[in-house]
Amino acid sequence: MTLKLNLHTQPDVPLEADCICPDRMQSLSNSEIEELIIFHGNRQVPLKDFFECTGESDGEIVINGDLSKIKHIGSVMSFGKITINGDVGVHTGAAMSGGEIIIEGDASDWLGPEMLGGRITVKGNAGHMVGSGYRGSTIGMQGGEIIVHGNVKNETGHVMRRGLIVVGGNTGDFTGVNMVAGTIIVLGEMGIRTGAGMKRGSIICQTKSELLPTFTKSCVYQPSFLRHYFRYLKSIGLAIDDALMNSPFERWCGDSIELNRGEILLYAGK
Amino acid sequence: MKIKSTEVVDTFAEAFRMFGSRIIITAETKEWAMAAAQSITGFATSVIGCKCEAGIEKLINADESPDLRPGVSVLIFAMDAESLGKRLMERIGQCVMTCPTTACYNGLDEGTPVIVGGQLRYFGDGYQISKVLGGNKHWRIPVMDGEFLIDDKFNVQEAVGGGNLLILGKNQKATLRAASAATKAIRDLTDIILPFPNGVVRSGSKVGSRYKSLIASTNHLYCPTLRGAIEHSELDDGINSVLEIVIDGLTLESVETAMRVGISAAAKPGIKKISAGNYGGGLGQYHIHLHQLLASKDWSGEI
Repeated sequence: MTLKLNLHTQPDVPLEADCICPDRMQSLSNSEIEELIIFHGNRQVPLKDFFECTGESDGEIVINGDLSKIKHIGSVMSFGKITINGDVGVHTGAAMSGGEIIIEGDASDWLGPEMLGGRITVKGNAGHMVGSGYRGSTIGMQGGEIIVHGNVKNETGHVMRRGLIVVGGNTGDFTGVNMVAGTIIVLGEMGIRTGAGMKRGSIICQTKSELLPTFTKSCVYQPSFLRHYFRYLKSIGLAIDDALMNSPFERWCGDSIELNRGEILLYAGK
Repeated sequence: MKIKSTEVVDTFAEAFRMFGSRIIITAETKEWAMAAAQSITGFATSVIGCKCEAGIEKLINADESPDLRPGVSVLIFAMDAESLGKRLMERIGQCVMTCPTTACYNGLDEGTPVIVGGQLRYFGDGYQISKVLGGNKHWRIPVMDGEFLIDDKFNVQEAVGGGNLLILGKNQKATLRAASAATKAIRDLTDIILPFPNGVVRSGSKVGSRYKSLIASTNHLYCPTLRGAIEHSELDDGINSVLEIVIDGLTLESVETAMRVGISAAAKPGIKKISAGNYGGGLGQYHIHLHQLLASKDWSGEI
C-alpha cells in the first residue's frame, strides 16, 4: 500500500524535508513517520506539523499539495518511488542513486544535483542547475536520467559526468557548461554559450543554435546512436517526430579551450 | 520406419555442447546489412578447420531492429565461451565494422556477457565515445563514413552443435533436390543455422585418420565410390549419393525441431534412406534419435 503525505499547512519559510524518502520511511509506522524531524527555517519540527500521513510505507510515497517551498525531497534516495502531485522546491532528488521521482507540476532550481542513478521525471518545467554539481564541485551528475517535459533555465548539466538529461522544451544559457561527459538532449531551443568549457560529452538539439567560436564544425552525418535515444524518448512519452530518426545532424567539436573532445549535434534536416 | 518410400534408419545424431551467440547487424539498406552478414559468416563451416561455425538466422525488418534500420540476425558457435568471445571480436572487427553504414548489437537477452565492443573500441585510437542508455553500453567508433556503433558486451549461452541428417539417394540429382528441400524448410525456423554451403555438406567426416596429423577424415563408410573397396559400407546397392545437413542451434529443442522438419521435407521419391551421423555415442553430449523425433507429438507428417 502506498504512503500518502498531504501538506496541510503551507510553511512561511522553506522546509528542509530530506526525510521524505523511501530509504528513511521504509519499515516505520505512520506515527514514527510523523515524528521524523524536518527543518522549518532554522527550527526543528516534526513532520506532522505540516504533513498528514496516511496509508502504509511500501517503498512508494505519494505527496499532495503545493510543495514549492519544500526542499530536499528524495535526497540520497536509493530505491522506491515518489510521486509529487504538484510543484516541488529546490534540491529534489539531490544525490539520489536509485528509484524514481515523478513530479506532476514544476520543479524549482537544483533538480537532481550530483545525482548518481535512478530517474526523475518532471511533467512541467524546471529551474536552474538541473543535474548540476554544487558550487565548487568538479563532478556533477554521475548517472541516472532526468526527463523534463517542459522548459529549464540556466546551467543544465553543469559539470555533468555521466547520465542523461532530456528537456522537452527550451533550455536557458550555459547548457552543459563545463560538462565532463554524459548526454543532454534538448528538443526545443537552447540559450547562448552552450557547452562552454565542456571536456567530453554530447549535447544534442533539435533546432539550430548559435555556438561559441571555440567550437568547430566537423561534418553533417546521421549518428546511429541517436536512433536509440529518440526511440527511447518516444517510449517514455516524449513527442519525437519520426523524421528525426533518419535526419542528418551537424557535428560540432569543442570546447577547444578544454580537451576539445565534446560534441554538439544540431539538427540539420531543415 | 518409413515415410512413404523413404526408410528412416533407427539411429541417432550425436550432437555436442557448444556456446552460441546471436548478433544483430543493421545498415542503411538490407543489401549492406546482408553484405556484412555474408562476410562474417564466411569460412565458418566447421570448428574443425574454422574455429567457429556461423550462419545467417533470419532477416530483420526495420521496424523490429534495434535502430529501426533493416538488419540481419547471425548465429555464431564455438566450443567454449572464451573462444567464442575471441571469434566475435575478430569477425565483427574485420567483417562488420569494415562494412559501410553498419551497426552491431547483441541479440541474446540472457547468457554470459563477453566484452566485444569494449575491445574493438581501441580501434578508435582514443576518439571513441561510450554511451549508456537503459543500462546498455554502446561504443561509437569513428570511421570514414561516420561512426560504427557496437554494443559493449555480447551474451553467449550454452548451445547445441552438430545436429545432422544424412540423405541417402539413388542418384546425385534426387539427393540434391531432397537436401535443398530440407534446407529450405529448415531455414524458416529460428534459433538455428546451417553452417555449410547453402546448408549442405558433401564431405561428411569421421573422427581421426590414418595420417597422424589429421583429426578428421572422409567418412568412407558413406562414400559410394568406395562401396566395392571397403568392408562394412553403410550404403546399400542402389544408393549412389549421400548429402549431409548439419544443424547448430541455441537449444536442443530448436535442433530437434529442425531435424524433424528436415526429415519431413527430404523424404522424397529417389531418397532410399534418411540416417544420421554419430561416433558411437561416446563423444557427443546429446543423442537425437530419429525414430523418437518421428514419434514425438510434434511430428505431423505421414509415416
